[in-house]
Amino acid sequence: MNDPIISFSNVSKSYPFYRHVRGIKNVLFNFPKSLRSLQEDQFEALRDISFTIGEGENFGIIGNNGAGKSTTLGLIAGVLKPNNGKVVVKGRVSPLLALGAGFHPELDGKDNIILNGILMGLTRRQVQSKLEEIIEFSELGEFIDRPIRVYSSGMLARLGFSVVAHLDPEILLIDEVLGVGDIRFQQKCLNKMLTFKESNVTIVLVTHAIASIIELCDRAMWIENHVIKMIGEPKEIALKYSKASGVDLGLEAVEPLTSKSQAAKQIQGNATDRPFGSVTR
Amino acid sequence: MSVSGKLARGIKKVRHLSQHRDWENYRDLVTVLVQKELKVRYGNKLLGYLWSIANPLAAAFVYYFAFSVILKVQIENYVVVVICGLFPWQWIGNSVGSAPNMFISNASIIKKVSFPTALIPLCTTLNHLIHFVMSLPVIMLFILLYKLPLHGSWIYGIPLLLLIQLALTYGISLILASINLFFRDLERLTGIIMNFIFYFTPVIYTKREIPEQFTKYLVFNPFFYLVSSWRELLLEGTINPGHILVSVTYAMLFLVISYWVYRKLSWKFAEVI
Repeated sequence: MNDPIISFSNVSKSYPFYRHVRGIKNVLFNFPKSLRSLQEDQFEALRDISFTIGEGENFGIIGNNGAGKSTTLGLIAGVLKPNNGKVVVKGRVSPLLALGAGFHPELDGKDNIILNGILMGLTRRQVQSKLEEIIEFSELGEFIDRPIRVYSSGMLARLGFSVVAHLDPEILLIDEVLGVGDIRFQQKCLNKMLTFKESNVTIVLVTHAIASIIELCDRAMWIENHVIKMIGEPKEIALKYSKASGVDLGLEAVEPLTSKSQAAKQIQGNATDRPFGSVTR
Repeated sequence: MSVSGKLARGIKKVRHLSQHRDWENYRDLVTVLVQKELKVRYGNKLLGYLWSIANPLAAAFVYYFAFSVILKVQIENYVVVVICGLFPWQWIGNSVGSAPNMFISNASIIKKVSFPTALIPLCTTLNHLIHFVMSLPVIMLFILLYKLPLHGSWIYGIPLLLLIQLALTYGISLILASINLFFRDLERLTGIIMNFIFYFTPVIYTKREIPEQFTKYLVFNPFFYLVSSWRELLLEGTINPGHILVSVTYAMLFLVISYWVYRKLSWKFAEVI
């Protein structure tokens, strides 16, 4: 394995509930209780987690809802800070690709692309030069000039993935977002992610589409009850996880994908079948 | 002590290497965020400009009607006097009034990518500054209409006051925006307090009308000498160094406090937002 690009050592993360500190009024009338609740009422999201991710690795994270997967991504993205332990990330992290959290709802698609690129550390010139390519890939047609608030969740996912995929990320964080795109776009994303494998981009993928963990990832981690349950070979972990959940997904037949096997399944996605109207330019 | 100690220690636990931003990125970040504010607020640029003038003008008309026509207040050129107070106040009031929500309304980007979030209030304040600068010709138009003189001292006086007001409103906005994430009712409190401050600041009256016994308390209002300096500069072309010093001191004070508050709280933004 290559040098670790992301490393967690003994990381714990808990959130206070802020139950009594919800307002100045409450604090003034309830001061001692508020202070106590801040220190004692904590929700533990991750407990003493250690792992490393190597450069260019595709790393999958699975686990039940509320297990701490998204917190892990937030820590890598640098928007959350751990209470204990240390997180080291060496590389340019793409904006966290997650449902809901994403864009500014009042801006149109193009402005959001530029805002995203600049937020992740590029200059406006660099984003501008990629703009056409991003719009092309997203296949959003004339919706690119409409405010994001009128987008469907699938369209948001398209835009989100197109942006982060084309802005030369070194680390790509994807939180259960590709599932809402239509199957053809999912296929397109999959292909794109396989090309990342060759260009040494590190991908951290959180998903409940367990099959894609086997198809895409080099390694997987299973988080249960805020600690790491297992870490290792994706297929083995996926099978154990689905067994523990009591769901048979027929995962035995799923095999890891390579870009060569994908090339055979070339998709014909051209101007004729743009899902959101023709491009008027 | 233990709580703040815990907060301070949290800062050093994450290291993002090679996450540096160069000056060009910072410049673009500021430009794009300011443009975003403009677009989000008004959509269309020309209409946005009209709105930013329509509001204080309408208010000026209301005050003119109430105080000059009905109450017969004896202030010469009352319309111009009010306009010279209202336009600068509009900037203060809008900035500080919207400050508590600055981070909340940008939740989607704060949760998503790590970037210097302190730039958000800066860009909103810059946005208000731009609107104020664009409304200056309207003030000058009224000064000309009332056949009052234009002053050469504006050339250095206006940029000076702009800078002081930018620093002052930015500091206050950053404090309010940060704290409001933890105490969401700060927004309501801000509304009430700003309403008070409006009437304790010489916006719709001038410093001369204030009774003698209150003059020693004026210095406790951070905006008092700033707003009265705007009017003195615009109408009389003079700048009182003492008043400038008071305003600069307040600006520095709020900047220092805001830096301290922001450093203590900013790393928790994404989890409470």
